[in-house]
Amino acid sequence: MKANEKEGSFYVLKRLLTYMIKNYKFSFAAVVICIITGAFATMRGMLFVQSLVDDYILPLLDSPHPDYTPLAGALAGIVGFYILGVAAAYAYNRIMVNISQGTMRKLRNQLFSNMESLPIRYFDTHAHGDIMSIYTNDVDTLRQLFGQSIPQIINSAATLAATFLSMVTLNLPLAVITVLISLVMLKVTATFTGLSGQYFQKQQSDLGNLNGYIEEMMDGQKVIKVFCHEEASIQEFRRLNQALRDSSDKANRYSNLLMPINANIGNLSYVICAAAGALLALSGFSGATIGTVIAFVGLNKNFNQPITQISQQLNFVVMATAGAKRVFELMDEAPEEDRGYVKLVCAREEPDGTVAPADRRTGIWAWQHPHQADGTVTYQRMEGGIVFDGVDFGYTDEKMVLHDIRMYAEPGQKIALVGSTGAGKTTITNLINRFYDIQDGKIRYDGININKICKPDLRRSLGMVLQDTHLFSGTVMDNIRYGKLDASDEECIAAAKLANADGFIRRLPGGYQTLLSGDGGSLSQGQRQLLSIARAAVADPPVLILDEATSSIDTRTEKLVQAGMDALMKGRTTFVIAHRLSTIKNADCIMVMEQGQIIERGNHDQLIAEKGRYYQLYTGKPAEKCAAAQ
Amino acid sequence: MKSVLAQLKQYKKDTFLTIGFTALEVVMEVLLPFMTAKIIDDGLARSDMPAILRCGAIMVAMAAVSLFAGAMAGRFAASASSGFACNLRESMYARIQDFSFSNIDKFSTAGLVTRLTTDVTNVQNAFQMIIRIAVRAPLTLITSMAMCFFISRELSLIFLAALCFLGIMLALIMRTTTALFQQVFDRYDDLNASVQENVAAIRVVKAYVREDYENQKFQKATGNLYRLFVKAEGILAVNNPLMMLTVYACITAVSWLGAHFVVAGSMTTGNITSLFSYIMSVMMSLMMLSMIFVMVSMSSASIRRISEVLAEQPELHNPETPVVEVKDGSIDFDHVNFSYRRGSGKSALADIDLHIRSGETIGVIGGTGCGKSSLANLISRLYDATEGTVRVGGRDVREYDLEVLRNEVSVVLQKNILFSGTILDNLRWGNPAASREECIRACRAACADEFIEQFPKGYDTWIERGGANVSGGQKQRLCIARALLKKPKILILDDSTSAVDTATDANIRQAFRTFIPGTTKLIIAQRISSVQDADRILVLEDGRINGFDTHENLLKTNAIYRDIYESQTQGGGDFDQAC
Repeated sequence: MKANEKEGSFYVLKRLLTYMIKNYKFSFAAVVICIITGAFATMRGMLFVQSLVDDYILPLLDSPHPDYTPLAGALAGIVGFYILGVAAAYAYNRIMVNISQGTMRKLRNQLFSNMESLPIRYFDTHAHGDIMSIYTNDVDTLRQLFGQSIPQIINSAATLAATFLSMVTLNLPLAVITVLISLVMLKVTATFTGLSGQYFQKQQSDLGNLNGYIEEMMDGQKVIKVFCHEEASIQEFRRLNQALRDSSDKANRYSNLLMPINANIGNLSYVICAAAGALLALSGFSGATIGTVIAFVGLNKNFNQPITQISQQLNFVVMATAGAKRVFELMDEAPEEDRGYVKLVCAREEPDGTVAPADRRTGIWAWQHPHQADGTVTYQRMEGGIVFDGVDFGYTDEKMVLHDIRMYAEPGQKIALVGSTGAGKTTITNLINRFYDIQDGKIRYDGININKICKPDLRRSLGMVLQDTHLFSGTVMDNIRYGKLDASDEECIAAAKLANADGFIRRLPGGYQTLLSGDGGSLSQGQRQLLSIARAAVADPPVLILDEATSSIDTRTEKLVQAGMDALMKGRTTFVIAHRLSTIKNADCIMVMEQGQIIERGNHDQLIAEKGRYYQLYTGKPAEKCAAAQ
Repeated sequence: MKSVLAQLKQYKKDTFLTIGFTALEVVMEVLLPFMTAKIIDDGLARSDMPAILRCGAIMVAMAAVSLFAGAMAGRFAASASSGFACNLRESMYARIQDFSFSNIDKFSTAGLVTRLTTDVTNVQNAFQMIIRIAVRAPLTLITSMAMCFFISRELSLIFLAALCFLGIMLALIMRTTTALFQQVFDRYDDLNASVQENVAAIRVVKAYVREDYENQKFQKATGNLYRLFVKAEGILAVNNPLMMLTVYACITAVSWLGAHFVVAGSMTTGNITSLFSYIMSVMMSLMMLSMIFVMVSMSSASIRRISEVLAEQPELHNPETPVVEVKDGSIDFDHVNFSYRRGSGKSALADIDLHIRSGETIGVIGGTGCGKSSLANLISRLYDATEGTVRVGGRDVREYDLEVLRNEVSVVLQKNILFSGTILDNLRWGNPAASREECIRACRAACADEFIEQFPKGYDTWIERGGANVSGGQKQRLCIARALLKKPKILILDDSTSAVDTATDANIRQAFRTFIPGTTKLIIAQRISSVQDADRILVLEDGRINGFDTHENLLKTNAIYRDIYESQTQGGGDFDQAC
């Protein structure tokens, strides 16, 4: 299990690096070259410092007439290397900014566009907070990884390699000692990282617990106030908070220890090398001179530093890998399938009564059928008739929520769905636009199985006003225009007037240019509903679906909106969901739903005559059926 | 900033210990290169093995002290920072518990959760970084400089010049980048807000086939973010090479001048090596200082958001000498005006003058947004009236101890919530000392026992967070039972039986008559049937009293009431009241 996990994170890391390098092959190659050049130049500089005493200063001391020219020459040479090093450092730092930010940008875009293509089901089964946390927390860790950890690790590795080579050429026995001690260092690092990692995990789960508790309590804050439950809620909070403090303390304690321990093992390594080197030099073994030993102890420092740096970065890489895993999970989520091939196009009527495609909006629409067999294309006028034929549906295969739904809407008819909460009204509308796919039966649109229609075209033909209105940041005008992106201001205003939203919009501080933010939080629920009706009106779709579109509008305003709505519905097939009966009285057909089934159907008069559930609700008198059931 | 730091409290000691131990560690670290020089000069250069061992031993001892100090500093830093975070969370949480309804309205749930978790974590990490580095960096800087002066006064002047150059350059870079980063983070917040918007409104996006449009919008935003980021980090990319440049310049100068000094005999070769080490530490500490600056500016947004919560003043206060007994259940409104936002001019209630006798049952009816809930909220002092007085039991509600008042005035809120726990746990919110029998009796009165007993575990059934595993009607009945357990003098039901069918609704009202006969009952409802048998019915319209009388009289005299009555008895039926 654990091995699996490690393999998993290794795979994620590999994928992440490939992802980064793929689009920046040349830039990345340039970075690697610059880093190696830089490390090499730095190395040369360091070696010079080491040789400064032996090769230049000591000879100067011995000569009676010190000649500084060799030193000046050497310095000039080394300045060249230094300049090269600085230039390389700037180059790779700068290029890396482009690579890391470019990768982040690509990652974000891809993440977002894949998210937009996911089926509704994904959003039903994932908490919105969790999805958000991928964009914020997880993507952030990647920013650090690309921007800092990766260049840092490459840099340290290059320094390490260069130092190692110079150490080996300088003196082999001392190099062995240094490497042995750094192995100890690695071991210690691994142990402590493991220890702190354990507590970091506990810290994350404690944070999760606390987070859940806070969310629940914040949601119920008003209830807490009403019941004077503040003290009790603080007490439970304190318990969870202390647990988090404890695990966070332990996790940090171990990871904080790492730095001083490694630094001082480094110091120890230095002393041992100095002593061993002196011994070697005194005994003359393996050709060591005092100069080489002095140079070597300098290298020893350079060797241990990158090891510490890499071990620090590794901690971070592990964290980023966990984030990357979640990012890739969202990116790999399968998008909504669309096997449709029938398209909706603008059309005009030919003199012979058939339809032909038109290049701009005409108010007439046609279904475009390509025929694979002979490569021809035929056009069928879009009418707006919808038929449900024995439809079964469940959000999961185990539990069906709709059973054998049969209904038909003739073109231009107004169909009402009524029933109590949870009866399955909204679900039906979500099947027409294929937010969900049905398990059994067929839904036909103008006789075409909706599975054959391209999803975007299907949805474009259906104007939806949803129960939960959602507005976007932007002006009021932008929000209305969302229905039809190329609508002129006049069209938008006309739509607003139709929805009876014009009045309140003009009273807003900025009129149609008022900026809305945070889902239109400054508007009342009723005003938001009026705006979303205007948004649907400007889209001018052949079929309308109104899901409790006026539920938050008070009865008086509703009467006013009703006139506009009637105008909007005229000539269009309309599905209306309501639980207020007054809004649906004039429907051509009313379906009364209960527990996923249509229990009564007919127009108002028929249903009244039937003396069933509808009658009982409408008149307030007990229905015969109901009385019998009780 | 100050209010946030004040939350250190008992962890001040650990913070100072961290700083103290770090200081000790730094001193050891600074002295170490000095000892290295000694090993070279006294030992290696003279091939003096005992001297090497002696210096080595001292160095090992110093390393041990440094290790100890470092470990201690790490330990205390961990406990100080995690304790600080713990205190921050607790004081924020406690402050939120003090919030009145109007304070709560200001913050969103999600916003509060982020402040309590993510923001605090940011501050915790920054704080730990700062207490460890903020001491280390300047101390290293000063002591290293001192050591340089000690070794060679002339050469350290070069360092000083280099230091000034680097310092000025870094300051310039920081100044431009912090401004840029501020912009970056603002844009970043906007970007996340737009993701959030899309996640929430995904159905609208899909219904209007606006995926491509949203993608373009998003790509434009990420493009802008990219350009800003590249600009800011492009400037930061100068940092590292700049430091290298300075260090190299110093090394070259020291090599050249040092050689002269050594030849002249005013310096040893070991001195040169240790000078090189000190150059590195001086420059490194300067880099660290600039890093702290970045850290602080990055966490400053979090600090601001935390202090917003801490600085929020609860709008309701307990009186200094509170009245601790509510005499009876009478309610009086004396010309009360109320608006949610002071000075907004839009009042939710206007000139309410209302007198209810103890034990009466009052129905309240009116359209959405007419002020029914506002009226109820004033009685248990969830908000304070803007003008006029609200009296309970004959005394101004502002004179009562809040807890006493709210225990005597029990409100079943419109948006009600159950908490994770068993049914009994939830019921005992009303009265922690209630016995099982009392709970069952309350449930019987609220018509909740019928469905509870059908659960396999009965009263010990576990309720999921928010009451997700019970239906709306069941939830409402449990909430009523919970409120009944308080045995209040006044019971307010704010549209709390909307999801309960009419028959059960009637049963509940009947049970009230026998279970709590002396309690004043205020029933806010949409349905006429819920209020028509009340002693008197209050009709509200646009925040004003439109009528206050019995059902029969209102039918005769009140147009609005008659409208509602007719619309509900003829075709205004609502399907959620199905039989």
